[in-house]
Amino acid sequence: MIPELGHFSLILALVLALVQAIVPMVGANRNRIALMAVGRPAAQGQFLAIAFAFGCLTWAFLTSDFSLQLAAVNSHTDTPLIYKITGVWGNHEGSLLLWALSLSLWTVAVTVFSRNLPDAFMARVLGVLGWISAGFLSFTLITSNPFDRLLPAVAQGRDLNPLLQDAGMIIHPPLLYMGYVGFSVAFAFAIAALLSGRMDAAWARWSRPWTTVAWVFLTAGIAVGSGWAYYELGWGGWWFWDPVENASFMPWLLGTALIHSLAVTEKRGAFRSWTILLAISAFSLSLLGTFLVRSGVITSVHAFATDPRRGLFILALLVVVIGVSLTLFAWRAPKLSGGGSFGLVSRDATLLGNNVLLAVATGSVLLGTLYPLFLDALNLGKISVGPPYFEAVFVPLMTPVVVLMVLGPFVRWKGDGVGRVLRPLLPVMVASIAIGLGVAFAVGHVTVRTVLGLVLASWVLLGSARLLASRFAERRGASAAAVLRGIPAAWWGMWLAHVGIGIFIIGATMAGSLNERLDVKMQPGQTAQLAGYTFTFRGVADAPGPNYDAARATIDVTRSGIPVATLHPEKRFYVAQQMPMTEASIDIGPFRDVYVNLGDRLDDGSWVVGLFYKPFISWVWLGCLLMAVGGVFAASDRRYRRLAEREAPAGAARRTT
Amino acid sequence: MKAKFLVPLALFLVLAGFLGYGLQLNPREVPSPLVDKPAPEFRLATLAAPDTALGAADMRGEVWLLNVWASWCVSCREEHPVLMELARDKVVPLVGLNYKDTRPEAIAWLEAHGDPYTTSVVDADGRVGIDYGVYGVPETFLIDRQGVIRYKHIGPVTREAVRDVLLPKIAELARAS
Repeated sequence: MIPELGHFSLILALVLALVQAIVPMVGANRNRIALMAVGRPAAQGQFLAIAFAFGCLTWAFLTSDFSLQLAAVNSHTDTPLIYKITGVWGNHEGSLLLWALSLSLWTVAVTVFSRNLPDAFMARVLGVLGWISAGFLSFTLITSNPFDRLLPAVAQGRDLNPLLQDAGMIIHPPLLYMGYVGFSVAFAFAIAALLSGRMDAAWARWSRPWTTVAWVFLTAGIAVGSGWAYYELGWGGWWFWDPVENASFMPWLLGTALIHSLAVTEKRGAFRSWTILLAISAFSLSLLGTFLVRSGVITSVHAFATDPRRGLFILALLVVVIGVSLTLFAWRAPKLSGGGSFGLVSRDATLLGNNVLLAVATGSVLLGTLYPLFLDALNLGKISVGPPYFEAVFVPLMTPVVVLMVLGPFVRWKGDGVGRVLRPLLPVMVASIAIGLGVAFAVGHVTVRTVLGLVLASWVLLGSARLLASRFAERRGASAAAVLRGIPAAWWGMWLAHVGIGIFIIGATMAGSLNERLDVKMQPGQTAQLAGYTFTFRGVADAPGPNYDAARATIDVTRSGIPVATLHPEKRFYVAQQMPMTEASIDIGPFRDVYVNLGDRLDDGSWVVGLFYKPFISWVWLGCLLMAVGGVFAASDRRYRRLAEREAPAGAARRTT
Repeated sequence: MKAKFLVPLALFLVLAGFLGYGLQLNPREVPSPLVDKPAPEFRLATLAAPDTALGAADMRGEVWLLNVWASWCVSCREEHPVLMELARDKVVPLVGLNYKDTRPEAIAWLEAHGDPYTTSVVDADGRVGIDYGVYGVPETFLIDRQGVIRYKHIGPVTREAVRDVLLPKIAELARAS
């Protein structure tokens, strides 16, 4: 009964989505306030309906209702409670429902927080979001109904894929989807702007916080996913350039470009058509990512079930959404004038440079991801594109981005003098080259990659310190507290995110260059040495879990005779899925991780053990965390609220008439 | 309408064309190095009677199909009706390689869904599967009278695949000798 209620509720949500898609749009075109006003309650009702459907599905998982096919395939009575819940979205149908839920959540957020938008503009934004939602809800209902029954019911479920039974998987998909789907708001704002012809600084100011918040979610989602890959896949790597990772990384790169392009549009009224194109493209890449993951057009460790009907449906959805919006762009964007002119040395120019580079980098990732498909389609053979391609293309493109990123904040809008900009930065430049080379020599790893990484990281961190110092220099005489208080949140956001990039580069460089690994065969009592650490294998004991059997090893780690940690890697065997899993054990430290995984048991009673030494690896995620926190600061800047308040009386007046 | 503003749309349409065409392709369909090579020899206990064994050599002189299946394999259920039809028409002997499965579960599965196989052999630890380069279940091999693998089908066998690929190839191999 409850799944049927959920199914019904989902159909109701589709009806409301269609109402939200059509009525306010018509109202905006005919200038009828009553019709425009339908959007808000339709969006809110739609959210309630989807949330109720989601609740029904979760209930079926919680109560192990194996007459529901999805629960039978993805859950088990012995599954721990938390993984019964995450099992709801650890599959194709459920993840689509999560997609729809986050879209409706974003839409409701728009109706609540952007109350001061002009009515017609708001109506168009909600209309666009309604169309997207209607598309995804009909995709879910027609090809991937999560409420399909399995009659007669089976006695026991097949359990959730053990790879997904992990703490990271609890928050990774919701965060990632909030990010992916969040770009739909920027997209809807861009389409509404094209429809209404209103593409000015005010438009950019409205879109900016939404874009930034979506970017924060995406940043956090990608970071958690990469952390999951690091400790759950047991290979010790943190980024694999897998098609599905790329699918989330491409919107992130374009989203980053969009955030910066919006800044120029807001401050200077420039780059307007480019900003609109970025907003359309960022969301298009989110959709493309969904297509790549859901259609099985590309193989990947993540590929879910493949069904040609689903692939075709979502491709049609993709063509309609992206095709219509790019046609609209081609039709309306030429009417935009270019905005103010700017010199070669200006903040506008540095941001334009970074935008172009980020867009090219996105294109190169897209090319690498789809290249096997292109070749296959043209009958030129089957290949796969691996990390060497991506690293060879990506690093050279990102190097100038990082250089410009530090320059940007020092340069004035419109035009500036080379001398004025370089004066404070020359010492920073010299110092970063010295530090980069010095550290590379000190750690004994002088390669182009290491030196480049270290120089760039120093450049970012020292440059950011210098930027903060110049804030103090501008207000000589003021107390430190007063200076700090006087800095707006948006500035702190920029500063933190940039520092985050520097921290990230240190982590990626050091973990890439200085990591050490050793696969050894160990008997109880034997020791192995790696990177100055001594690993003593104490033996293996049985450690059964709720839905798996496990062999749990005990390995003591010491350094110069001083105990560092006792690690317990496990080799698990998930009973219902008949699937073995290794569970790595990690001693996390600020400057290094010691990572151990347990391989197979050999016939002579010894075990294969993988030992890893990963310097600075946590800095990768610390950097991502700082970027995300920076985004939160930027989105919380007072000026968005203040301007909203200033516009409020006009909006309120219009509503009362 | 200025031409340069149409560039994003044009690029996207080309991309969509490729994606649409890509849907028809199977990215998992890697050309098997085993095609046109002798089928790896094996001798395994049959599922029905653990004390009798069957090997590839026993099938010499016949065109036959080797279908890799397991009771835990979801896609096997999908291709099962097609295999049942194939068995009913008695086109060629269909040998099942019961891969990484347990005997009771495999027997129960055949009882529940019907048994299309002339014989099923038990490859409990998957060693024969390794020889045949099996990396996903189901997979189906077409082997000729001389014991040479002539075709490999990856994933569930569909009615279209039987009609358009398997049956013509079988007819051709039957004629050839």
